[in-house]
Amino acid sequence: MKKMFSNKKTLTNYITYAGVILLFVILQSMSAAGGLSSALKGQLVPVCAYVVMALSLNLTVGVLGELSLGHAGFMSVGAFAGAVAAAALKDVIPAGGLRLLVAMIVGALFAAIAGVIVGVPVLRLRGDYLAIVTLAFGEIIKSIVTNLYVGMDANGLHASFLNPTLHMEGGKIIINGPMGVSGIAKISSFLAGFLLIMVTLVIIFNLVNSRSGRAIMALRDNRIAAESVGINVTKYKLMAFVISAALAGAAGTLFAMGQNTVSASKFDFNTSILVLVFVVLGGLGRMWGSIIAAAALTVLPELLREFSEYRMLIYAIVLILVMLATNNPTFKNFFSKIFKRKGVKNHE
Amino acid sequence: MKKFVKIICMLTVLALALCCFAGCGAKKENTAIKIGGTGPLTGGAAIYGTAVYNAAKIAVEEINALGGIQFEVKYEDDTHDPEKAVNAYNSLKDWGMQVSLGSVTSKPAEATSTEANADNIFYLTPSGSSTNILGGVVNPLTGEVDIERKDNVFQMCFMDPNQGEASATYISEQKLGTKIAVIYKNDDVYSTGIYNSFKAKADALGLSIVSTTTFTEDTKTDFSVQVAAAKEAGADLVFLPMYYESAALILKEAKDTGYAPKFFGVDGMDGILTLDGFDTSLAEGVMLLTPFNADSEDEATKAFVAKYQEQFGDIPNQFAADTYDCVYAIYKALENGDALKNEDGTYNYNISASDLCDMLVEAFTAEGFTYSGLTGENMTWTVEGAVSKSPKGMVIQNGAYVGMD
Amino acid sequence: MITFLNHLINGISLGSIYAIIALGYTMVYGIAKMLNFAHGDVIMVGAYVCFFAVSSFGLHPVLGLVLAILICTLLGIVIEKLAYKPLRQATSLAVLITAIGVSYFLQNAAQLLWTSNPKMFPDLFGGAAIRLFDGRLTITVGTLVTIAACIIIMVVLTLFTGKTRMGKAMRACSEDKGAAQLMGINVNRTISVTFAIGSALAAIAGVLLCSAYPSLVPTTGSMPGIKAFTAAVFGGIGSIPGALIGGVLLGIIEIFAGAYISTQLSNAIVFLVLIVVLLVRPTGLLGKQIREKV
Repeated sequence: MKKMFSNKKTLTNYITYAGVILLFVILQSMSAAGGLSSALKGQLVPVCAYVVMALSLNLTVGVLGELSLGHAGFMSVGAFAGAVAAAALKDVIPAGGLRLLVAMIVGALFAAIAGVIVGVPVLRLRGDYLAIVTLAFGEIIKSIVTNLYVGMDANGLHASFLNPTLHMEGGKIIINGPMGVSGIAKISSFLAGFLLIMVTLVIIFNLVNSRSGRAIMALRDNRIAAESVGINVTKYKLMAFVISAALAGAAGTLFAMGQNTVSASKFDFNTSILVLVFVVLGGLGRMWGSIIAAAALTVLPELLREFSEYRMLIYAIVLILVMLATNNPTFKNFFSKIFKRKGVKNHE
Repeated sequence: MKKFVKIICMLTVLALALCCFAGCGAKKENTAIKIGGTGPLTGGAAIYGTAVYNAAKIAVEEINALGGIQFEVKYEDDTHDPEKAVNAYNSLKDWGMQVSLGSVTSKPAEATSTEANADNIFYLTPSGSSTNILGGVVNPLTGEVDIERKDNVFQMCFMDPNQGEASATYISEQKLGTKIAVIYKNDDVYSTGIYNSFKAKADALGLSIVSTTTFTEDTKTDFSVQVAAAKEAGADLVFLPMYYESAALILKEAKDTGYAPKFFGVDGMDGILTLDGFDTSLAEGVMLLTPFNADSEDEATKAFVAKYQEQFGDIPNQFAADTYDCVYAIYKALENGDALKNEDGTYNYNISASDLCDMLVEAFTAEGFTYSGLTGENMTWTVEGAVSKSPKGMVIQNGAYVGMD
Repeated sequence: MITFLNHLINGISLGSIYAIIALGYTMVYGIAKMLNFAHGDVIMVGAYVCFFAVSSFGLHPVLGLVLAILICTLLGIVIEKLAYKPLRQATSLAVLITAIGVSYFLQNAAQLLWTSNPKMFPDLFGGAAIRLFDGRLTITVGTLVTIAACIIIMVVLTLFTGKTRMGKAMRACSEDKGAAQLMGINVNRTISVTFAIGSALAAIAGVLLCSAYPSLVPTTGSMPGIKAFTAAVFGGIGSIPGALIGGVLLGIIEIFAGAYISTQLSNAIVFLVLIVVLLVRPTGLLGKQIREKV
């Protein structure tokens, strides 16, 4: 039974890879053939970024089992660190793809550092207290980035906090405090987004199926029991949390490099919540669910455009109804009759 | 296996949903020139988006009623977010937009103007005032141009630095105050842009700024700290480069704490008198530089205000007036439609956005092209994209604007 | 010194409003164990109701307040019935997301109904103020009323949960729902009553919030909502005196951080203090230490 279960799991993982590749091939060829509307084409990169965000948050919420309400903070760190890297390396690495890769690595690195800084104190707390502290960190990161000024001249990078004067000789301002980054050279592409999703999936699936992954899930299911068999709580919790933060950072870079302009206020509490909604709707720990939920819910408000001013109202109603439909026992029984498997799975 | 089927099902549904979003490309003959714009129609900044949309509808209705060239206007919601603004812009492109009224707020306008420049769609924003929208403006902090000039992008409102300089000059010339306090919203492009240029000009003119405090979107309800700082510093004039809803709170806070300096605002202050529930006596003596005045005796303004009030129940603000002017300026640049007239008297509604853009850019920057509307007389545009018009100094007396000069 | 006092009074006034909102959060959390993110938007609805009652229909402010309380209580019960009750058995995360959905719904519905044009909330206290030290220190009547309201509400709530039958049922539910049910307590009804009380408090908070900071828009409630939630956690979520202390402290910290450090960083400092407090006392200032059973 146990063996079969793990096979099933591997199978699901392979199907997820296959599904993502299939979707990419379809969309890419449609885009090349001119079959995609501009509206959809423009959304391909942000959708990829949100998918990676959802996957990485699912690692924290679904696999590690800790509620995070400040995930957009890591996205923000990644976006701005990546933007600075991309702008600074413009002359050194002229090729867009390579520059994006370097920028993403820088973004992921900075987000990972932020993940350690946030994770060490936060992971000592439990439940809703942990949630509120992640929210607090998200807001603090937003405040810090809002007041950060970074510029570059012939002498290298200059940074200043709260004070917009950078003491530069000529040069360019990269991050202009609350105004964020302007005039970004767009180097993100759908291909880059697709590759990032694949890398994210590989990292998460391999982590989950590894010794560390089992330790992390053991902590989620019963911390005290896991601790008593000698699992190092801080180490494994921090591991999952930091990986999740780094992936969010890479997603942030991807997102920022696909926009004309980006400012810190974009990555606020509402964005964190948005990503959390993707994760919960897609199913905790269910990666393919996160992918679908993130893609569908990002595109949904655009599809609702014809309802003009009612569209966000409809979005809210859809959200409530979906939550009721997927979590109410009456509805659940109804669905389990259709999908018999699911009924069984709930008891596992 | 079941799971496999389920996942594939879900992916197919998603793909289908995306496709139906993608499809429907059948071209129809246009019956009007399609004007599009993005603005916040929902969310916290919706007041600006709706004002602009309403005004655009009025202007288009009026022009269509003349029986000549026909316009069609459509606005898409961008919730004051650059990312959503680009989505909105793209969906307008799918709709067949030929002329863009840009975006209402500055940050989204920065994003959409870049897109419009790449697509070569004529872009005239009524209210996006930041220098990054036009591009090609020298950054005073570094002395270099951060963003290349986007040559098909134009503004109907003042560029932020112009307002700051004009305010400082005005205060200095009229000797309105010796100790100046400034409160500005530092996460807002508009407010910060005006503040920076005001400060530079004030320093040059030898005005003394004794207190500078800021607020942000998250802290825009409580002004006790900022007002106390100005009071403490003994400022006799408080400069408020911000929109009227925040200014109204500052005026109330000042009154509650018994602080009565002179207040000086910019064009964003317009609208304060018609704020729902606002006690206009609080604004008594407030000075502002504004291109538009809803109480003006001017015939065109009166007609516009009456029509707006009849259709939408509110008094139009400066955003609305700028938009109304935008549509009419485009109309005038098309020689009241004659530029698109075919030989048989019909109009060439199927002109490509790019051709129309070249035509409009040429018309707007042509020697001798001027436009007079609600927000100014004989406005002209340079190739840099900024409009030339001069703000009027107004002072509020007995709940109405009175010219200061 | 006078400036310091001024800031202190402003801080206490702001904090009292946070405290009233936080009391609503804490009550609901204590019993339903859910973070009701829609609480902030109920505040907004309450403020709008009072605004229209006073400005459009010319009712007396007290009547407006009563009307706001009635409508918000009703709204709270309806939201609970439609959106939260079907999820009694679901995970707390599912309820959280639903609450966010309700919050979006209320904000957007408010925008459609009342437009996003800001409304200047009328001054319910006629701008009366006590001026000391030649007018350099001002205490408005609104501030005094807010502080008094906060204290009265806290005392009443403490008495209510301690002495009355319903209050005892609430405490029983918050300890152990299953056991409470076995003792013959109608858990569902108790939760509904809690929501009703929480929403009534939200209405009062909304009216006081908007008389102090009179700009009323559909998103008025969201930031104070988050801050009050922070305050509730700060004081120990589930604890009534904790919510009061947390709220007042938060208000004072926010104003002082803005006044003496930087208005740009005041929010960050508030949250930083929260983090430090939680690291020292992981369940807030007055929160119960939960012992883990193995």
